[in-house]
Amino acid sequence: MSYEPATAVLDEETHEAINIDRSKGDFTFPERNKFDAGRGLTEKTIDYISDVKDDPQWVREFRHKALKVFRDKPTPTNWATEDLNSINFDEIRYYLSDGEKPKRSWDDVPPDVLETFERLGIPQQERAFLAGVEAQFDSEAAYSNVKEELTKQGVIFVTSAEGLKEHEEIFRPWFGKVIPTGDNKYAALNSAVFSGGSFIYIPKGVKLKQPLQAYFRINSESFGQFERTLIIADEGSEVMYMEGCTAPKFETATLHSAVVELVALKGAKIQYVTVQNWSSNVFNLVTKRGLAMEDAEVRWIDCNIGSRLTMKYPGVIMKGERARGEVISIALANTGQHQDTGAKMIHAANNTTSNVVSKSISVGEGRATYRGQVHIPKHLKGCKNNTECDALLINSHSRTDTYPAITVRGNQHATQHEASVSQVSEEMLFYMQQRGLNEGQAMSLAVNGFINDLVREFPMEYSVELKRLIDLEMEGSVG
Amino acid sequence: MTTTAPQTPAVFPAWFAARQHDAWERYLATPAPKRGDETWRFSNLKQLNFEGFTRGAGVSPTADLVARSTGLEKTAAKFVFINEELVHSETNLPQGVICLPLAVALVSHSDLVAAHFMKQETRLGSAKFAAWHEASVSNGLFVHTGDHIEVEGTIEVHHWISGANTVIFPHTLVVTGKSSKVRVIDIFRSEDDISPGLAIAFNDLSAGQYSQLDYVAVQALNEVTRIIQINETSTARDASAKGFILNTGASWARNECLSRLEGPGSRSDMLSVSVPAREQEYDQRTFQHHVSEGAYSDLLYKNSLYDNSKTIFSGLIFVDKNAHHTDAYQTCRNLLMSDTCEANSMPGLEINADQVKCSHGSTSSQIHDEEIFYLQARGIDPVSARQLIARGFSVEVVERLNDVATEEFVLSFIDDKFAHIDTGGA
Repeated sequence: MSYEPATAVLDEETHEAINIDRSKGDFTFPERNKFDAGRGLTEKTIDYISDVKDDPQWVREFRHKALKVFRDKPTPTNWATEDLNSINFDEIRYYLSDGEKPKRSWDDVPPDVLETFERLGIPQQERAFLAGVEAQFDSEAAYSNVKEELTKQGVIFVTSAEGLKEHEEIFRPWFGKVIPTGDNKYAALNSAVFSGGSFIYIPKGVKLKQPLQAYFRINSESFGQFERTLIIADEGSEVMYMEGCTAPKFETATLHSAVVELVALKGAKIQYVTVQNWSSNVFNLVTKRGLAMEDAEVRWIDCNIGSRLTMKYPGVIMKGERARGEVISIALANTGQHQDTGAKMIHAANNTTSNVVSKSISVGEGRATYRGQVHIPKHLKGCKNNTECDALLINSHSRTDTYPAITVRGNQHATQHEASVSQVSEEMLFYMQQRGLNEGQAMSLAVNGFINDLVREFPMEYSVELKRLIDLEMEGSVG
Repeated sequence: MTTTAPQTPAVFPAWFAARQHDAWERYLATPAPKRGDETWRFSNLKQLNFEGFTRGAGVSPTADLVARSTGLEKTAAKFVFINEELVHSETNLPQGVICLPLAVALVSHSDLVAAHFMKQETRLGSAKFAAWHEASVSNGLFVHTGDHIEVEGTIEVHHWISGANTVIFPHTLVVTGKSSKVRVIDIFRSEDDISPGLAIAFNDLSAGQYSQLDYVAVQALNEVTRIIQINETSTARDASAKGFILNTGASWARNECLSRLEGPGSRSDMLSVSVPAREQEYDQRTFQHHVSEGAYSDLLYKNSLYDNSKTIFSGLIFVDKNAHHTDAYQTCRNLLMSDTCEANSMPGLEINADQVKCSHGSTSSQIHDEEIFYLQARGIDPVSARQLIARGFSVEVVERLNDVATEEFVLSFIDDKFAHIDTGGA
């Protein structure tokens, strides 16, 4: 018996198991990068990125400071998995781009990039139901467009590089404020080498009926993607933002380390939807946090299906009275995968409420972890938190962990936390098999039932896709 | 902390002297807990400065403390220790039960003690202090029940700390034979209310096949004393172990309880009631380790927090790879009785097998106005109503002891605590 997490040794069988259907995202085009920062991370890398991007001086200083923080911070293996040590920061390429500006029309996008996103279905989706799209290819956005009437209303939807140059007066006061550089080692890394990502500003009272979407694509081997997103919803506005991510399957590990900051001013509402389907050798270490002012609401709707290791704990700081935070999370961990997800709810004003619902499914030798933090300090009253996490174990070597931490000071609050672990009952499978489903279909149906109430929280187009993805992931997992 | 190695008395067997020697080396080699250690998350590490405490050698035990060692009306055996020194004992035990002060048992039943003494690794954070205890322990209680022997009543042990800046290392080792049954209760108290003390206590419980082992610890030390209490329980096939901890005293108490369910069909009940008030801090860590399949564990910890008190609960259910058909439950409930108290809960699960039923829950809340209103409507004033509800909250756990005399005894400490809180616990 061992208390140490088993180190992932990939035997052939495991390889086969991971290889189940990622065909949609698994293709690559030859690299044709004009700008390549090379492998490894030094001061020179930072200067190279800053030069290529023509950063203002304050950004360059910000990056250099962050690099120091990144170097000083230890790898947090005192609580996190040892697998973090297998990231070789000297092998990673930190910046790759073809030096082109993001295009406003798909016609101007280079053919191979266009084909990439065509195959992922982005342009059709844009026509069908999106208000704006940004498509990022390695370090920089290849395409960025938003419907004209929104621009007229004052909505800004640009890359973060354009945001910090063209809209400095809105961008700078909030940049790095929700997630300071020193928040954690990987946020510091992102602060040092960030490129790409979106900057969104929704003016007072504007309610977007259609969602905005960003799509992140890694095309090059050993590449690290470090996008940085900042969304500011001004008083009384509403926005839904969706992101999707894929990468082809390379021989070597790839790193994705994003920082996403949301600011919901008085009465605003931000919903942030993620469907993460990285290939199974991507380390996905993401810091996401929202700031909710008076009467504002921040919702994270999060689905993790891909990656080798995901560590992601979306948080909400409820800074204004009656602010609301919510995290809805689905994680599917297959053999060779560790989904370490959770939520952070920091109550910093009276009468704030938060809700966390997390469901995870472990298949094969997959490991799903929930890590949560709820913090209610002493001088407040009327704060409420509800946390539910349910785990489903499919096979006998599947693994699931739950590590919540709840701090409540004072007697004017209420928190509750509940978690359960279960498996699909044999009677249920037997019942469905009697009605003509095979075991695999029955299992798939049972699993979809388990997460059904959460899938409904996703926009319709996504929930269909999600169900399909989960069906595919479950294929061949029984027996 | 002391810097010179404690001396093992010459009468003790050689294996014990060797263990103590090794433990001291381990104590010196083990780093002190530091910020960032998961097992000390939210803990107040300043409480771990044990400078200036000495063994209470040469303190003349007073007859007064023996007289104050009242407990259950009827006991199967009774022992009174002052600063680890046995000052009173009476036994009324059936044949086949060995129940001796550890210092005696080490000499008379050396092999039996060696087979069970501190067998498990301390993994909940206090490895250094467990080593300190092992290197220093000189006395305590050793209980061994033979096969098929059921002890009626309770074995009662009083541990007193006397004199200022005294440290004690009480040890309780209980081993049950096949199909036997025994209940042991430890009571920790200070001679007066003003002398700072320190207790590094250890209880080692080993429940043999089909046996039933109940253990109760009542911690009612004075409020300038600190205690680290480490529990290690193991259960063999179809055995049942019940551990209960009551915390009403001490300025700072750290409890580490580890249950290893080693036999199929075995059961472990882990229970605790804490009523901290004023500036008291209780830091509790638990571990339910399902080694074998088909075992059952149930944890229920309840805290009623008054004034500026603070509690930490960190629990983990750990299910080994092959421990299928595990049933494991973990519940921590905090009743917040003031607006300056602080409750931290970290209920955790690590599941490596399927076909398991595991759940955990943690709640923190205050008494709702409707509940008070309901009782007021029945003619009970608001203060009494709050007292009633707060008491009832703890009673639910105490009742799980399933022995009226023990329950009443434990409740008497809870009522005494309420009487020493402003507004009588309302």
